[in-house]
Parts: sequence; structure tokens; C-alpha cells
Amino acid sequence: MLESFSDFFRELADQYPRWNFIFFYEPVQWDRIMKGLRYTVVLSVACVIFSVIIGVVGAWLQGSSNRFVRNTVQGYIQFFRNTPPFVQLLFFYFALGQFTPTIVGADGWTETPIISNVGWAIISLSFFAGAFNVEIFRAGIEAVPESTQEAAFALGFSRFQVYKEIVLPLAFRVSLPSLNNNLVNLVKTSTQAMAIAVPELLYQCVSIWNDYPSAQYPTMLLLFCSFVFLVGILVLGMHRWEQKSRIPGYGG
Amino acid sequence: MFLKYLKSSVLGLTAFGMSAVPALAEQCTNDTWNKVMSRGKLVVGVKADYKPWGFRSSDGAIVGMEVDIAQAAADAMGVELETVAVQSSNRMQFLEQGKIDLMIATMSDRPDRREIVGITLPNHYTSGTNIMSPKALGFTEWEDLRGKPVCGKQGAFYNQVVTERYGVEIIAFTGNAEAKQALRDKRCVAWVYDDSSIGSDLSSGNWDDFEMPLASEDDNPWAMAVPLAEKDCVFGNFISGLTYNMHENGTLIDLEAKWGIKATQYLVDKKAQYADWIQ
Repeated sequence: MLESFSDFFRELADQYPRWNFIFFYEPVQWDRIMKGLRYTVVLSVACVIFSVIIGVVGAWLQGSSNRFVRNTVQGYIQFFRNTPPFVQLLFFYFALGQFTPTIVGADGWTETPIISNVGWAIISLSFFAGAFNVEIFRAGIEAVPESTQEAAFALGFSRFQVYKEIVLPLAFRVSLPSLNNNLVNLVKTSTQAMAIAVPELLYQCVSIWNDYPSAQYPTMLLLFCSFVFLVGILVLGMHRWEQKSRIPGYGG
Repeated sequence: MFLKYLKSSVLGLTAFGMSAVPALAEQCTNDTWNKVMSRGKLVVGVKADYKPWGFRSSDGAIVGMEVDIAQAAADAMGVELETVAVQSSNRMQFLEQGKIDLMIATMSDRPDRREIVGITLPNHYTSGTNIMSPKALGFTEWEDLRGKPVCGKQGAFYNQVVTERYGVEIIAFTGNAEAKQALRDKRCVAWVYDDSSIGSDLSSGNWDDFEMPLASEDDNPWAMAVPLAEKDCVFGNFISGLTYNMHENGTLIDLEAKWGIKATQYLVDKKAQYADWIQ
């Protein structure tokens, strides 16, 4: 079966020079795609986790009684939400990368920064999506009735406890649909890590179609399919979560 | 059964993709040529980050050796010249889509590229692959690079060649500026690119601690390209003739000198090859 599968695409490429699905019959190209897919998955998973953490913590700090903390969070949101993620990536990797400690390689010249380009991509994209998540969670928090919180305070809960035990669980349920949207966007934005040469899926695909111009359209198709699949998994998981955490009579 | 079904669906898709491509060379419609003449403007895709073949001067205009060739083409056609900055990774697509009429963008002439765009002969220049690396590392041969990180540019065909031949680990950036910055930041041990471009970087005085230590490999002629359907028609024949004349009368050698490019044997050989027997 596999043999005839690759033979079919080899034949197709012979007949139609613009439809060279080279990655289906050349193991080297297939490995490149798989490697790219792995990086995309790692980037996406790490950024989703970190950006949600940033969102939760940021939204809590936004409710702080300290004005300085509130302003800092606000400044962070304004900066990361209002500037292009592409520029953020370049700035983090090239400009801030200069100030991180480096490990000098065995040749005495190369300096490997302790934060690699993958590391910077995760940091930069997490902060980018995190800024949106803070606002998303804030909207959720504001939807939690004041009286519910007051009732919790009256029972002797501390501010942190109220946030952790009462507000956040309710706010999360309200925020999930918009969080879902933002995380879908985040997974797609991970392709921009190509700017700092992170070998994720888009990087590998562009390399393949540069090496084999005839493989351009098929590689683009593959990109579409891969992202439909990856985002599909994410959306499915989020929907499951949404359904499981639904409280009858509360919210949508 | 499954394959049959798959085949018919892929072929359907392919037919959809193919319909945009005009029939090949059987009859010349000269669409692009006619469009340029009636519009009075020739749109040429050139590099804007490849000094001194195509780069931005201090007033923002794109200038360089290849821009001069483009100007000569426009002058001969009696139309105005408009330049569009292209990248290695999009230049062929721009030409296919008709965003540009002619491409003179430091493109190496490769067999698979000839299937996509109408590459005209003779080739107008040539370059080999080499690296720019810090003098401190003292590389002497390509094998020294095995397993080491080397910065490159997305879209260069030799990324694949050196990866397969010498096991170099290529870190490809989208632009030359980013790749060279990464070399300065010591993220890689070398920058692999055309020897001609590295040569002009080194002579710019901004790379004093760096050198081009290896023997150039894969000397590969550069080509201009017209849309594939026009290759054997008026436009393609015109560009071929123009390039031939520029070799024969020494214009290309003059341009090389004008832009301060180190003289290549290739242009001298071509001039000799095309020398007029009457003189």
C-alpha cells in the first residue's frame, strides 16, 4: 500500500510538473516536514500553556490594590497587544538576545545564548498572546457577580482565596469561548517564528518549495491541512472542556 | 479503487490549477510584450538587498548592476522602467502571476527553475558558493564545517547542496540582514552565500575580522527570466539578443567595473566567445 502510495505521487509529479508532492515519496523531505511539525507542536503547546498562565496571573494583578502593579500590567498589555508579533520576535531575538549570558563553544568563537531561538519564540509569542488573555480573563472576572464575591469575603475568604476558589472558576467558564479564539490565533501565529529561523512547519515548507519550485502548491496544501488538523485538535479539546465545566443555569 | 478515486480528484484539482497557465509556445500570443508596449512601462523584478547588483541608494531608489541591465532593456523597448523589489523566495511567483514582466534578480539558472519561468540564454553572470567566516576560526576547507551551525538565506539553492554534501547545519533566515546579524552575534560560524556578494561585503570595510577562506563551489550562471509562455516569442528572443549584445560589446564588463565588482573570468570568456569575426 505504502509503496503504491508513493508511486502514485511520483507519477503525478511526472505528469503535472506543478503538483510535485515530493514529501510523499522522498524520505528526506518527509523527515523535514515531520521535524517542522514537531517544532510547531512544541511551540504551540508551550505558548498555549505559558500564555494562559500569564493571562491568569495578569488578570489577578490587574485587580491589585497597588496602583504601580496595575499600571505595570496595563503597560505590558498595551505594548504587546499593540505591536506586531513579527517585530516582537525580531526584537527579542536580536536586541534582547545580546544581553543574555552565552556559552562559548569549543571553537572559542561561537557563543550559544542560553536562550535559543526556540526559547525566544516561546517567550515572545507567549507574552503576545498572554496580553490578550489578560483582557479575556478580565472580561470573565467582571462577569462574576459582585454579590458572589462579597458573600465569599463574608465567609472569611482572603482576596487570593476568593480569586482562586470563587472568581477564577466562574470567570474561566465565561472566558472560554474568547480564550479559544485567541489560542487558535496563537497556534497560527507560531509560523512567524520563521523570522528568527525556528525550523517549524512553515520554515521547512518554504525551504522545500525553494529547493523544489515544482512542490510549491502541494506544500501549501500540506500547510493548510496540517493547520486545520492542529487547530482542530485544539478546538475539540477546548469544546470538551467547555462542555464538561458547564454549570447548568450559569452563563451560556 | 482508492487510488483511482484519489487520482481523479487530484487531477480535477490540477486541471483547476493548470487552466491559468497559457498553452506552451505553440503559438505566441506575446501577451506580456504587448502589455508592456501599450502600457509604456516595463516592470522588472530586481533585488533590493544584494549590493551592488540591486540595492537601495541613499535616496531610496533601487540601483545596481542588474538595475542598469533592466534600464537598458527598457530603453531599447522605448518604454519607462519600473523596478519592484523581489526576494529569492518570491521572485518566480511574481513573474508567474504577472506582477513583474521581467526578472533580473541574481537568480541562479537551475533545471527545475526552467520549468517554472522562461529563462533566457545567454546567462548574464555567474557566481559560486562560499562562506564568510571570522578569521579567528581559520577554516580552510568545506569539511571543517561538518555539523556546525551556518547561517544562510531562505531560498538559496545551495543550502540544500552544502547540507547534503558536508553535513552543515543551515540556519536559514528570511533576509540577508538578519542572517549576517546572526553571524555577528556569533550564533553561527559562517554565512553561506554567493561568493560575489560576500566579496563586495568584505570590500565594504564593515567586515574586517571576517574572510572568505574556502574555494568557491558549484559555480552557477545567473539568468534573467521572462514568463514561460514568452520564452520562445518576442520577449524572450529580445532579452536573449540584448544579453548577447551586452556580452559581445563589453557592456557587462563595463558595468561590473562601474559597480566596483571584482572582475570575473566568466564575463571575459563570454566576450571572447562571442567576439565578432570581422574585427
